[in-house]
Amino acid sequence: MFGAGGGTVSYKEIEETDVVLLWGSNAREAHPIFFHHLMTGLDNGARMYAVDPRRTSSSKFADLWLGLELGSDVALANTVARHIIQTGLTNDEFIAHSTEGFEAFKESVEPYTLEVGSQITGLPADAIAEMAEAYATAETAQILWTLGITEHHNAVDNVLSLCNLALLTGHIGRWGSGLVPLRGQNNVQGGGDMGALPNKLPGFQNVTDPEHRAKFEAVYGVEIPAEDGIHLTLMFEAMERGEITAAYVIGENPADSEADINHARKLLEGLDLLVVQDIFMTRTAELADVVLPASVGWAESEGTVTSSERRVQRVRAAVTPPGEAKHDQDILGEIARRMGYDWGHPTSEDLWEELRGLSPMHGGMTYERLEAEGGLQWPCPDLDHPGSPFLHGWLWEDDLGGRGPAPFSPVVHAGPKEELTEQFPIRLTTGRSLDSYNTGVQSGGYDSPIRYGEALDVNPADADRLDIEEGEWVLVSSPRGSVEMPIRIQPDIPVGLTFTTFHFPELVDINQLTNDAWDKRSGTAEFKAAAIRIEKLTSA
Amino acid sequence: MTISETPVAISTVTVSIDGADVTIPEGATLLDACTKAGVDTPTICYAENLTPVNACRVCVVEVENSRTLVPSCSREAEEGMVVQTDSERVRHSRKMVLEFLGSGTDLSQAPQLAPYMEHYGAEPDRYGPEPERMNEDVKVQDDLYIRDYDKCVLCYKCVEACGDDAQHTFAISMSGRGFGARISTEFDATLPDSACVYCGNCVAVCPTNALQFKTEFDLRAVDNWREEEQSVTRTVCSYCGVGCNLELHVQDDTIVKVTSPNDHSVTSGHLCIKGRFGWQYVQPTITTK
Amino acid sequence: MPDLHLTVDRASEAEAAAIDAALAAINVDPAIVVEEERLVRGGIHRKNERRHGLLPALHALQTESGWISPGGVNYIAEMLNVPPAEAFGVASFYEMFRVDEAPDHTDDVVHVCVDSPCLEFAEAKIAELEASGKHVHRSPCLGQCERATTDHGPALFIQGRAAANSVPSDEATELWDLPQKHDPSLVLLRNVGRIDPTSLDAYVGAGGYKALAKAFGLGAEQVVEEVSTAGLMGRGGAAFPTGIKWRAVAAEQGVKYVVVNADESEPGTFKDRTIMENDPFSLIEAVTIAGFATGATKGWIYIRGEYPLATLRLQNAIELAREAGFLGEGIARSSFDFDIEIRRGAGAYICGEETALFNSLEGFRGEPRQKPPFPTTNGLFDRPTAINNPETLLNVLPIVLDGGAAYAATGTEGSSGQKLFCLSGHVAKPGTYEVEIGPTLREVLDLGGGVTGNLKAVLLGGAAGSFVGPDALDMPLTMEDTRAIGASLGSGVVMAFNDTTDFDAVCIRIAEFFRNESCGQCVPCRVGAVRQHELLVRSSGQVMNGEVELLKDIDLAMKDASICGLGHTAATAVRSAIDLGLIGS
Repeated sequence: MFGAGGGTVSYKEIEETDVVLLWGSNAREAHPIFFHHLMTGLDNGARMYAVDPRRTSSSKFADLWLGLELGSDVALANTVARHIIQTGLTNDEFIAHSTEGFEAFKESVEPYTLEVGSQITGLPADAIAEMAEAYATAETAQILWTLGITEHHNAVDNVLSLCNLALLTGHIGRWGSGLVPLRGQNNVQGGGDMGALPNKLPGFQNVTDPEHRAKFEAVYGVEIPAEDGIHLTLMFEAMERGEITAAYVIGENPADSEADINHARKLLEGLDLLVVQDIFMTRTAELADVVLPASVGWAESEGTVTSSERRVQRVRAAVTPPGEAKHDQDILGEIARRMGYDWGHPTSEDLWEELRGLSPMHGGMTYERLEAEGGLQWPCPDLDHPGSPFLHGWLWEDDLGGRGPAPFSPVVHAGPKEELTEQFPIRLTTGRSLDSYNTGVQSGGYDSPIRYGEALDVNPADADRLDIEEGEWVLVSSPRGSVEMPIRIQPDIPVGLTFTTFHFPELVDINQLTNDAWDKRSGTAEFKAAAIRIEKLTSA
Repeated sequence: MTISETPVAISTVTVSIDGADVTIPEGATLLDACTKAGVDTPTICYAENLTPVNACRVCVVEVENSRTLVPSCSREAEEGMVVQTDSERVRHSRKMVLEFLGSGTDLSQAPQLAPYMEHYGAEPDRYGPEPERMNEDVKVQDDLYIRDYDKCVLCYKCVEACGDDAQHTFAISMSGRGFGARISTEFDATLPDSACVYCGNCVAVCPTNALQFKTEFDLRAVDNWREEEQSVTRTVCSYCGVGCNLELHVQDDTIVKVTSPNDHSVTSGHLCIKGRFGWQYVQPTITTK
Repeated sequence: MPDLHLTVDRASEAEAAAIDAALAAINVDPAIVVEEERLVRGGIHRKNERRHGLLPALHALQTESGWISPGGVNYIAEMLNVPPAEAFGVASFYEMFRVDEAPDHTDDVVHVCVDSPCLEFAEAKIAELEASGKHVHRSPCLGQCERATTDHGPALFIQGRAAANSVPSDEATELWDLPQKHDPSLVLLRNVGRIDPTSLDAYVGAGGYKALAKAFGLGAEQVVEEVSTAGLMGRGGAAFPTGIKWRAVAAEQGVKYVVVNADESEPGTFKDRTIMENDPFSLIEAVTIAGFATGATKGWIYIRGEYPLATLRLQNAIELAREAGFLGEGIARSSFDFDIEIRRGAGAYICGEETALFNSLEGFRGEPRQKPPFPTTNGLFDRPTAINNPETLLNVLPIVLDGGAAYAATGTEGSSGQKLFCLSGHVAKPGTYEVEIGPTLREVLDLGGGVTGNLKAVLLGGAAGSFVGPDALDMPLTMEDTRAIGASLGSGVVMAFNDTTDFDAVCIRIAEFFRNESCGQCVPCRVGAVRQHELLVRSSGQVMNGEVELLKDIDLAMKDASICGLGHTAATAVRSAIDLGLIGS
């Protein structure tokens, strides 16, 4: 909606904000050091509303936890929007000056009365109104989200519905106010910055824009395809249709991490050629025809990464990679050489200098500055630019910085793709725990005293009903598969909902159950909502 | 339309440090003023990333018209203050604090205090044959860090880092009273049973090695901890997208400890369990056997 | 904390009920409220607002179970959203809370005072009690020093298990037998032993609440003015001008508090107990005036945990005053809202230090705060606070009634007004005595019937004070005269020792008192107090040589570098004993 994707604020700002809506994020465990800044904000007096189907450890810091029905985020956001409009708490000056499409938006949220919103979300109308009023009347306010918003089949709608709230109230483009998607991986932001998106060149420049392409072609000396590429989810669909027969996987473990994993594995196994470049012998690497051992990005290699606050920072080699392991760029360079292109042996800084010349938002970031200034936040177009703590200040400029107004985006509620049925009557959602990470290949390397392994969290009432006990192994099935796993009885999870992490695929192959229904626009699968049933193991 | 920007402090105050005028921003402490004046001040319980608790009292200075000495780490500088950092009273109290600590605590792994002990002429042995000591055994309860409270000077730093200065977990607190005060979990529960989430921020702020990473403890046990040979490389953590800066302490081409720079805006020196301990998959070449 | 982690221990039903009742009594509801299955109110702010419930909850748990059980701590942690480690840290700070499950934890605990003047009777009593199977706790001063006589023995306090705490000597007394009860010139003690301390009618009948009415007439600013004019200085020990304190608080905006520092724990001090047990309404009226003058709407009385009768009488007085409209909204048909809440300490001398008291009341460890900032700007709950001792506040009544100028005309030039002295030790009639400031030490001792035996020394101002010899008998007991010889009036302790005294034992006990009572926060006090005690034990009965130098070094560092008054004065009495030749020569 606003162009380049990135958190609009700096971490520091949340220490000074007045109201926080933590929406679909368990930052206490998934982003612990960001949460330090958030807790400082709470200590400084900020009020927090946590919107999450689970009462997560993050939610326990909230003044109010709103445990909405899984997948009813758009309905909640639209209800909040309508209530803000109804109670006259909109920032009318901002709406008139900086946005467009308000009338249509107003109409679109009209059906979402407190009663309707309450019915869809399962939350009391008063609570929704309280959150809406707190957000709208705050001097400064932020909405933070993570995968609870984006790992849904309607992920983009979810995000847009939250952006609409910021536009209604003017909580964007000012110190202390903004929209904050917290990045799950250490360089998911940097990957996007560098053009690792099917439709973007580095610096969020469009593949389909001839001018942008021409700039890169001049430097790269090759022609760049004029059409958008396809993202991971579409790649798997293309594999299924036989259109993709070879894959080169760098630092990703799709054979463990994809939703509906049995299906994904079958597709990977059916490829003519699978090349895996990784630091671990992952399950994907085990399927590969060729494995290229890489060096550890943050400890054995030079380069940069970009954080959730758009801060570009240096990573450095501290130890020697073992055996034949090589830096990713050197492996790629070698492959290029075998294919007839000699790139020479550029250093990380050489590559970065090339990037600086091509990506305006990175233009002012030399290695020297990144070192001296503790990283820089983009956009930082020239050497005199201090970097940008927050984005979209232009919304508050008289001439909108020469841009057009920001559009409202009417969206409608659509629950999880997979509805609960008699056969699969229980919701399953997934997420992270504090001491572990993704499929566990890295975090499995140390002995955490607080690791409890994989377990299915169920409400005590559900456990009672199903006659299952703490620690009991059960059979968990979704329309796609079954796994055996132990039960952890958790009062913090509502009745009818279950939760597990996905850090121990070798113990519990949870993605056999998750749903690969995905958002056509974001390419993200609906990991957050599957329908399951729980059965006692007969031998038990 | 108005755009609110970050407010910038501009007011300053001027104080006299040992006769020299020093100008510092309003809200700065006497310790800041001393540092700016180039005066070296011993500190134990002070850390730039924690709220001053002014408990150790080794940084005390003499302020004109103040009945007692004042802790420079926490005392806000006021316009016109006249401060002595090397008067007889200051030297006496600093010496006594170092002596008191040395007489009851194992300071063998707090080498930064040794020069001050010498400078102020501290003689921890002059309190007779058997002065009461901390007298605590080492607690080894997991593979990540150990607690050797015989080395504890009760500076509160770990409590603050575990508490509302950073982690907000509050797994440990000061307990007991007087000389019997100890840092403790509830009822001295073991760490794995406590609320501890192993962020290791307590270890990072400990000034006397009472809290020690297990890697260091094990290497010390085989006399192979060689801090002077270690390199420190700054990089960025690979877990999650927050962008925490890490300092990798490397000995024999092996990571042996991870810290974070106190002056970095993202972490202020604090990490989570993954950043602090999650490096162990990077292949080691060192041996602790 | 919000994401609490609890061990597996769970509270018994009785423990939970006792804690619930204690929190309900102070209107503290649970910090975490499950409004619906999917709607929970909690978080940092609710937690912070309820933290002050911790000390009352711990009291309830201790009384119910005889110790601070892990399950009980977990229950409190859940109710208040306080981390269990912090709750444990707080509990383990206090003398009255036991954090170990000793076999006898379910018995009543008999606290026997081992401080002077009880010291000389203590061991015999302890032996007797232990022989009869009692669970005995060696206690620091219990504030009943007037009872420490050959007939009575040491002061006792019984910490009840599943029963109210009590003091055996309290039971017999209805109207206190004040030594000076026929003296018409009494001002502060005018009601003591004369009117029923449980009757508001009796109080009003004796002229009670006239001062409050007068204060309303004068207006808040003028009341502060009168107090300033009166030259009233704090009677707790620091002798800070009350008018300056009140003016500073009155000048602040927003929520403000008045706090009564009734944690009377200075060894040898019992005057505030005398007031609170025998004339509680006067204190309530005076606090109300302090609130009116400073613009505070809430008063807190922090009373030491070993004063069960005083607590009962004050609680009764507050309730009766509230019923009669002397507390609450629109007091005495004025527009002034004010109420008072009592909080009990749990056995910690340091909590008499004003900032330690705030921390204790707020539910934290009773560790003093560094000053500045001062309580007048950052006091209880970080709000502007006027904190005064009960005796100080009682002086406000005559000041308001008769005017500050009249009050200033009494006493001496440097020390206006009335003063209470706590006479104990080797005097004929120990007790609380009131004088218009001016009489000499000899005259004050004579009020108590004079010294029994040959006077060797008098401890002035308590354990934090200093010894003076017979040559000081003709010194007027004023702020200025005591200051001139390096002593102080402190809290009004006048403890006489005759020549039968074992001063080595007395001084070792004083040193032990400070090492036990040091909060442990700052190094000079935490370690210095221990080193001082060790030195005295080691050189007991011997001529000191190098030890004197070492003691002086310790004293200077504690005076100069400790955080609070406890450390500053912890070596004073010992130093004075050496100087007087009472020990070490």
